[in-house]
Amino acid sequence: MAEHINVSYNVPVGPIHPALKEPVNLTFEVEGERIVDVKVKPGWNHRGIEFMGMERNPIQVIHLAERICGICSFVHAISFVQAVEEAAGIPVPERALYIRAIVGEMERIHSHLLWAGVAAHELGFDTLLHYSWQLREKVMDVLEIVTGNRVNYGMMVFGGVRRDITPEREKALFDMINYYRRNSDRLKELFLEDPTVKLRTRGYGILTYDEALKLCAVGPTARASGLAIDVRHDEPYAGYKYLNVEPILPDAYTGEVIGDLYDRFVVRLLEVDQSVDIIEEALEKIPEGEITSEPKLPKLMVTLKKAEGDGFGRHEAPRGEVVHFVRLKAGKDNLDSWKVRASTYGNLMTWPPMFKDTQIADIPIVVASIDPCIGCMDRVTVVNRRTKTENVLVYDDLHRLSVEKTRRLQRK
Amino acid sequence: MNVALLIVVKVLGVIGVAFLSVFVGLLYKGIDRKLAAHMQGRVGPPILQPFWDVGKLLQKENIVPDNAVVWLFNTVPFFALISTITIMMYIPMGGLPPVLFGSGDVIVIVYLLTIAGISMVIGGSSSGSPYAAVGAQREMVTMISYELPLVMVVISLAWRISKLTNLPAFSLLTFTQYPLWSYTGILGGLGLLILLIVLLMVTPAELSKLPMDLPEAETEIAGGLLVEYSGRNLALFYIADAVKVVVMSSLIVVLFFPYEISGVLGISGGVAYVLDFLFFWVKVLGIMILDVTSIRVAAARFKINQVATAYWMPVFFLSLVGLGLLAVDMAL
Repeated sequence: MAEHINVSYNVPVGPIHPALKEPVNLTFEVEGERIVDVKVKPGWNHRGIEFMGMERNPIQVIHLAERICGICSFVHAISFVQAVEEAAGIPVPERALYIRAIVGEMERIHSHLLWAGVAAHELGFDTLLHYSWQLREKVMDVLEIVTGNRVNYGMMVFGGVRRDITPEREKALFDMINYYRRNSDRLKELFLEDPTVKLRTRGYGILTYDEALKLCAVGPTARASGLAIDVRHDEPYAGYKYLNVEPILPDAYTGEVIGDLYDRFVVRLLEVDQSVDIIEEALEKIPEGEITSEPKLPKLMVTLKKAEGDGFGRHEAPRGEVVHFVRLKAGKDNLDSWKVRASTYGNLMTWPPMFKDTQIADIPIVVASIDPCIGCMDRVTVVNRRTKTENVLVYDDLHRLSVEKTRRLQRK
Repeated sequence: MNVALLIVVKVLGVIGVAFLSVFVGLLYKGIDRKLAAHMQGRVGPPILQPFWDVGKLLQKENIVPDNAVVWLFNTVPFFALISTITIMMYIPMGGLPPVLFGSGDVIVIVYLLTIAGISMVIGGSSSGSPYAAVGAQREMVTMISYELPLVMVVISLAWRISKLTNLPAFSLLTFTQYPLWSYTGILGGLGLLILLIVLLMVTPAELSKLPMDLPEAETEIAGGLLVEYSGRNLALFYIADAVKVVVMSSLIVVLFFPYEISGVLGISGGVAYVLDFLFFWVKVLGIMILDVTSIRVAAARFKINQVATAYWMPVFFLSLVGLGLLAVDMAL
């Protein structure tokens, strides 16, 4: 065999590139069309929201949390509210829990349909993009009817929700359920049975079960690799405590789990159906009653000011598990500590193994396949302004720093 | 006819056809965009949008990247446009003979198509962008893949015609005088149909339209070959692309559907020429809608290895089958 000549060159994708919806930088080392290596470099979209949150009181932070992400705005609000409720011990009426679950599922429908359109666009199949976004309009309209807004719903408040589901709104919801039931077969046929889509997605961008487990993948990305994790099922919260939610694996449709791009399509599209079912079940079971345990905000503020403790809020966002950690100190208006772990933070590192054995043509769809939300995920980059150098902390550095901190705490 | 007059007529004809092809190209591009939009459930741009696009691009600054080979970068758009428009000079439109009648044949057209493709490759490579480099590689591979089936179709038809007549078999005028469908039996008709399908399959790749738009692939390599082009240069490529669609559709019309409408309606004289001329453009529009518009809204983009395999193996094999059927039909 001839001696291997190194003919590779670098193709940068991002921070600004048509394949990306948000800024992140991927540098590919390619040989011809084949991808040899990839380096992922986030850090272009850090907005310091956690810091801003610690300058405000918890009620203001609900609205700030909603604006972490433009697409799944509800997930941050619900996780944050649940964290604070846990820390301050605020009760929530059952009806409010159901409403939270209903809005959460509606958001999942719109997010998955949006993703399906984007993924089709990355494949160059714009007709599917327009079709799935047309379907998405229905849930956006109903979200507006139910919550008052198409995005950033402003539904959450400590101890409940802000708007009830009235009979008219319930009717709109049932309309929506019927609409998606009617269209679900066609949607699945167009995405999952189209030969050209199959040609591009089957067998590419594979994430194995072991790698998904090792890299802490969450949400549909993990489930497409056969990992049966779903916060709604594993640790039910809100209305999901009373509802039947099973994690969806791709073998429900195809009979096997490969963990490729196609499986991620399957999981997300099946979850649209599942969400419709969940909303229907919730609407049937929802009890009458109050929608909040404390409608007066000043009184709530006093409770929060007196509260002391830590709280965790988890929610199965459309993209995977979202975790908010909150610490409240008695006598302090503002949050003492706030930590957000968005789903993309867990999924980002699944990119490098997915790019194995792929070509340049696969970059956009593989990138899109985890439904990345860079704005939610981005962390700080340490820049030395004098020397104009950037410091990137890798695993070893972080490990060393945490060991040092533990030692410091032990000495105290 | 005296030579001076002949030259004047030819020059006027060349100028006329050049303007006509640019006008029709942009108009058909507008129709294509509008129809595609309706097929996708969108409203779409006004039909005259391509004219506004070109007008706007011509006003824009022409940016040349620092690491580009400047003279190549600026010259090749002209080559692309000129070679594409030149093809129109060889195409008989309805009853009218081609402007450059007698001085070139279908082999020249294949070469001119290649020049248009190669000038894009050169332009992309000279722009010094990694995306354009990837796009140039893809365009080369695509060209190598589809040339063989394309030439197979042309040669099969010419070979069949050479058995019918002593006229130059590769001349497009001969193709229009001997519509092969009328001279073949059932098997030969099947062979022609297969060759037509092969040509229809080659066309999207030749035109870099979805699902074969890999050299440009907006979401993958940000416009590929054209990524660094702007202003006047981009306008030239834009027009060249629009004209190329018309050229390929006309080629299909001339090779496979040279029938004229005046004979059917029993009209003759000057009106017949006008009618056939218009009917020719209607046929071109029909082929474009069938082969460009409706295909590009109905499929996802292929990958380069899939394109190469498809054209080298099944499509080439299909063209062989077509030729074989033509031969069998003639032998019977």
